[in-house]
Amino acid sequence: MTFDALTGVLLIPALAAALLAVLPGYRMTARLNIVATTATLICAASLFFRRPPNGPYLLVDDLNATFIVLTTFVGFTTSVFSASYIGHELETGRLTPPFVRFYHAMYQVLMFAMNLALIANNIGLMWVAIELATLTTVLMVGIYRTHEALEAAWKYFILGSVGIALALFGTILVYMAARPVVGEGLDAMVWTVLVKRAGDFDPALLDLAFVFLLLGYGTKVGLAPLHAWLPDAHAEGPTPISAVLSGLLLNVALYALLRFKMLLAVNAGALAPGPLMVTLGLISLVFAAFMLYRRRDIKRMFAYSSIEHMGIITFAFGMGGPIANFAGLLHMTMHSLTKSAIFFAVGHITQVKGTQRIADMGGLTETHPTLGWGLILGVVAIAGLPPLGIFMSEFLVVSSTFARAPMLAIILVFGLLVALGGLFLQINGVAFGEPRGPSAKAQASYVPMFAHLTLVLAAGIYLPPALVAWFQNVAGLLG
Amino acid sequence: MSRFDFDVAHLLAGSLVLISILELYQDRLYSLLNVYALHALILAASVAWQALVQDAPHLYLTAAIALVFKAIVIPVALHRMIVQLGIHREIEKVVGVGAAMLAGMGLVALSMVVMLRVTHNADPLAQEDLAFALSVVLLGLLMMVTRRNAVSQVIGFMSLENGLVLAATGAKGMPLVVEISVAFSILIAFIVIGIFLFRIRERFDTVDLQALDRFRGERR
Repeated sequence: MTFDALTGVLLIPALAAALLAVLPGYRMTARLNIVATTATLICAASLFFRRPPNGPYLLVDDLNATFIVLTTFVGFTTSVFSASYIGHELETGRLTPPFVRFYHAMYQVLMFAMNLALIANNIGLMWVAIELATLTTVLMVGIYRTHEALEAAWKYFILGSVGIALALFGTILVYMAARPVVGEGLDAMVWTVLVKRAGDFDPALLDLAFVFLLLGYGTKVGLAPLHAWLPDAHAEGPTPISAVLSGLLLNVALYALLRFKMLLAVNAGALAPGPLMVTLGLISLVFAAFMLYRRRDIKRMFAYSSIEHMGIITFAFGMGGPIANFAGLLHMTMHSLTKSAIFFAVGHITQVKGTQRIADMGGLTETHPTLGWGLILGVVAIAGLPPLGIFMSEFLVVSSTFARAPMLAIILVFGLLVALGGLFLQINGVAFGEPRGPSAKAQASYVPMFAHLTLVLAAGIYLPPALVAWFQNVAGLLG
Repeated sequence: MSRFDFDVAHLLAGSLVLISILELYQDRLYSLLNVYALHALILAASVAWQALVQDAPHLYLTAAIALVFKAIVIPVALHRMIVQLGIHREIEKVVGVGAAMLAGMGLVALSMVVMLRVTHNADPLAQEDLAFALSVVLLGLLMMVTRRNAVSQVIGFMSLENGLVLAATGAKGMPLVVEISVAFSILIAFIVIGIFLFRIRERFDTVDLQALDRFRGERR
């Protein structure tokens, strides 16, 4: 096999995982982790320029190239953040060196699994990759071995497995639908073949398959009412993992769903997947928006915010059409960048304060101005205030919905406003007022956080035409 | 396909559903484990029969994995684990036997109604296999929600996966990729679960998940 960008995004994390599993020494391995994610990012970026041909197992098109670049970019910045975060955890003794080694290896396995899920052309292979990503994150969530971490990991494992099982059943049904048309064997699981022939599939089977896939992968996206694992997993795992979960893994599951949505779109007799996704998206948005108010744990609160935003994104893709799809893609990108930036800030804040309880932190802008203002900037962005990027994408979602279904748009705006109120009410006490909790100096790496926020700000002010054209092109693919 | 081939496949797949229902009302861990072993055994027979009928030799491999790994290795390992942990007492259930059985019957009826209607174009064997498989999957889910004990939840999950294997083998000519992955995922799942069970034991001196529920994040 010749070396191309696709093998690169798989091979580099795989090799790095093997190396990191055996190498001792925290400093070197943290650096190696960064080097590996950088190399993966470079490989991924090269997909924009030169693409290997599609095979029966791997596939690159404009849709997944977008996802891969986003994934590897956030994977790279998170590895930079993770180096300083994990260093602190080692110093305070929350993690021991063997666990750090395990953590780094798992980080690369997770990158491998996510990349594989994104470039898989075979729906069975895609399922395997998402399962692998789930198992990896389960292990990482439980890494602290506290009561809460174990409970969260167990809950995540059980719910994730059930979701993944339902998704497999859906995958089998897709094969059953394809078999009479495409013929037996490998071809009937290859997505590029399926999408060409999906018009002749049995619509009833395809409908049923999509329901299972929506429930299965929807659990992984964190759509309410299937979200129960998500807040616990975010709150109890190491913060870099919360950032990767929110910023990337949820997207990967959504990507799987989008691929199947494209299959259904080809078939005239099949049900329209849009309304299902719109409903689940709105439920998630409104539910999570209300849940923001009573949270006492800061990471848990931002986990609910992730559910809210995945709801918006699912809603946008469910609405479909060039503008809503464009808005969905933009929102997904902005949410990944912003939410991981927030988790970078939150990670350092909880380390400084030694707690995740919102009530025990306060006056951050006084004691730790950089972290405090970084957090505020992140929250302003995630709440969807101008001039940041999320404002623009939310504005597009809302305005395109008003044109087509005003009633839905009212619910959408209501959810957004409730979430805005919840976020600011909560963050007010953390950022301003009387300083509470320890105020030791933070050993933080601010670069990843501010890099993300700068990108979000820049996108809010000026979107380069090339980027707009690219997103429009991908939105067209999604139909 | 001859009438006899079809009848045997039908019998085996139907037995799987029946055994899933048997699992629902077992109230001791050992007997639950034995019933699960039987479940896996029947699955192995069913897969082997499909291999013969479909003339698909690679399915024998899946059958062998089911036989060796699921019907022998896992039950034995779990058995030892139960002995070590000393948790062979009664299983705590969330709902009573009667309610669980009624719900189980409802689920079987539901999957028959849904699958038989949807798959009327498929060949009769695949059609019935899928309907039975969905029943087994749903019964496994039901078991996971009606049990509190971690070991019995795991058994529920494994019988759910058995249902998936049944579906995958019923879908004629489905690439081996998936069968191996199913078997593989169970292996990984088992390792993960094993680790967790022991960690849970270390921390809590129990595998009753109710003990874990006390540590819900919001109630700190």
